[in-house]
Amino acid sequence: MKKRGEEIIRLEGATKYYHMGEVIVKAVDGIDISINKGDFVAVMGPSGSGKSTAMNLIGSLDMATKGHIFLDKEDISLLEESDLAQVRGKHIGFIFQQFNLIPTLTVKENIMLPMTLQNLDADEREERVQDLMKKMELQEREDHYPSQISGGQQQRVAIARSIANDPEVVLADEPTGNLDTKTGERVMDFLNKLNKEGKTIVMVTHDPDLAKKYADVVYWLVDGKVKKITRKKR
Amino acid sequence: MDYFVFSVRNLKRKGIRSWLTLLGILIGIAAVVSLITVGSGLKVAVNSQFGASSTEVITIQAGGTSFGPPGSGTVIPLTKQDAIAIEQLSSVELAIPRNIEVGKMEYNNIVQFGYAGSVVDGREKEIYELVGNIEAEYGRLLESGDFGKVMLGYSFYEGEKNGYEKDILPGKKVLIKDKSFEVVGIVKKQGSFILDSIVWIQDSDLENLIGYGDNVSLIVVKAKNKDSIDRAKEDIEKLLRNRRDVKIGEENFEVSTPEATLESVNSVLNGIQIFIIIIASISIFIGIIGIVNTMTTSVLERKKEIGIMKAIGAKNSQIFMQFFVESGMLGLIGGAIGIILGLLLGYVGIGAINSFLGSETQPQINFILILFSLIGSFLIGSIAGIFPAMQAAKQNPVEALRG
Ligand SMILES: Nc1ncnc2c1ncn2[C@@H]1O[C@H](COP(=O)(O)OP(=O)(O)OP(=O)(O)O)[C@@H](O)[C@H]1O
Ligand SMILES: [Mg+2]
Repeated sequence: MKKRGEEIIRLEGATKYYHMGEVIVKAVDGIDISINKGDFVAVMGPSGSGKSTAMNLIGSLDMATKGHIFLDKEDISLLEESDLAQVRGKHIGFIFQQFNLIPTLTVKENIMLPMTLQNLDADEREERVQDLMKKMELQEREDHYPSQISGGQQQRVAIARSIANDPEVVLADEPTGNLDTKTGERVMDFLNKLNKEGKTIVMVTHDPDLAKKYADVVYWLVDGKVKKITRKKR
Repeated sequence: MDYFVFSVRNLKRKGIRSWLTLLGILIGIAAVVSLITVGSGLKVAVNSQFGASSTEVITIQAGGTSFGPPGSGTVIPLTKQDAIAIEQLSSVELAIPRNIEVGKMEYNNIVQFGYAGSVVDGREKEIYELVGNIEAEYGRLLESGDFGKVMLGYSFYEGEKNGYEKDILPGKKVLIKDKSFEVVGIVKKQGSFILDSIVWIQDSDLENLIGYGDNVSLIVVKAKNKDSIDRAKEDIEKLLRNRRDVKIGEENFEVSTPEATLESVNSVLNGIQIFIIIIASISIFIGIIGIVNTMTTSVLERKKEIGIMKAIGAKNSQIFMQFFVESGMLGLIGGAIGIILGLLLGYVGIGAINSFLGSETQPQINFILILFSLIGSFLIGSIAGIFPAMQAAKQNPVEALRG
């Protein structure tokens, strides 16, 4: 593992345009971002300012129209689809506002899925899934289906899934957006715990209190551009 | 393999409509399996009906192709003299005239109609040999000088099946056209509907009952040897054309060899097979379209799931495999049900043939056929899944995640 403080994510003039007929929507319009290993970064901004698009670029889920995105010094904007899938599978963990679990799989199987996709052998998968369920306090729910557990529990499954392959970076797009305050806090505690264990976390949020409480750095986006960067003294 | 586990989960949540699309594959495979199960049995059964006698036997009947002016369609019968003339041919060993007539027979106060077949006094053994291995099951065979006596096919024996509600045993008397005849024996079961339900009777007795004079229904001929059978056929045709004064191509009689009969029967059977294979192909084609449709719908319905899978590291090839295997499983399920149905149909079919023809064919369960049908239906399903699976694989992850 790399030391804390070393740069792990770098966006240089990252741009994403959408063509809507004649109109070009500049979802992300040339942003520069630098995130260090172990940082807890919050991304804030009004609706439609490009937060999710920026997250997708960092997470190699989307391809930039222009600019460069470096993940651990590697320019992922040059990679092709199968390599991007590898990046997502091994180095990035996604957490969504909608939880996005697979409804036909149990809690345990959902958590295991990223490992299955990386062809981990069954013994190792089993060992790790048990660790993860313990860590996220989900043991009693392992054979439940997503529809049978609460929103907070679903999000904890999603967190467990996001770190299944032990990625360096966890990207969370409004992870508490669908949860009430109390449940949200519990989810935040888990995320914070991950951060304390050394994971780099980038989180989109509309809640200034959350940003203030957990984030080392806050990027403010407006109209696809970085408007302001606030750093907290550690 | 995890793809299979996944597929099973996803298949479980499919609706009735998706399952209906499997009907095509199901019917197709069922048709093929039942066809093959019945088909080989049917061939054996039918061939034993028509090919009971040895291969050097030729049958001659009057009638056949008639090219005369309209209204002249009356059949000029063959005669005993024809038979004598034929027997003189060097390529022919035996030529025996026979009469097959319809008549009523009474026993236990019940009257039924059936067939009687004549034997020529003194030539019984030759006839039994020509017709097949005719042996007595009960009593004895009809012999020379057995006037006023008859021998019965096996199906007359059991009272439960013979329609007379009483077993007919040797020594009993039956009334044929109101004349009393003594039963000398019951013939061994021949496995042929025709042979098992015929009454064997002396020619002079039958002539007395019917009054056909010198006319005969058919002449049974044995060629000198197997190799001369075609020559014998030609010789007979030439002779009869002369005797009956008809030109070549206008024959009003028919000389049939067992091969020719078998060939025409088999060509009918092959026709049936081809017909069923066409139906099977059409069903399978419809089935493929059905699966393509189901899978395409499934890709659309599970767009979000595809997005999630991609977000957590699924490669395009993995998404492809997922849908490909699932589609294959869909085909496999259709095929498996089809096989079961096909085997059932096969059994029913064989049963029907057996009870109709009196044969005892066993259905032939062909495990290689079953294995190939399973593999085949999986392949059909997965081939149908190629296009939808490609659609799934090339989804843009961000768009897919939006659902
Ligand atoms: N596929 C697309 N096609 C066209 N326009 C798009 C597409 N995706 C996003 N946009 C536009 O890009 C802009 C940024 O979208 P984005 O989802 O990144 O905003 P956001 O900051 O995440 O908003 P929110 O807070 O509502 O989630 C919006 O104006 C949006 O309409
Ligand atoms: Mg958003």
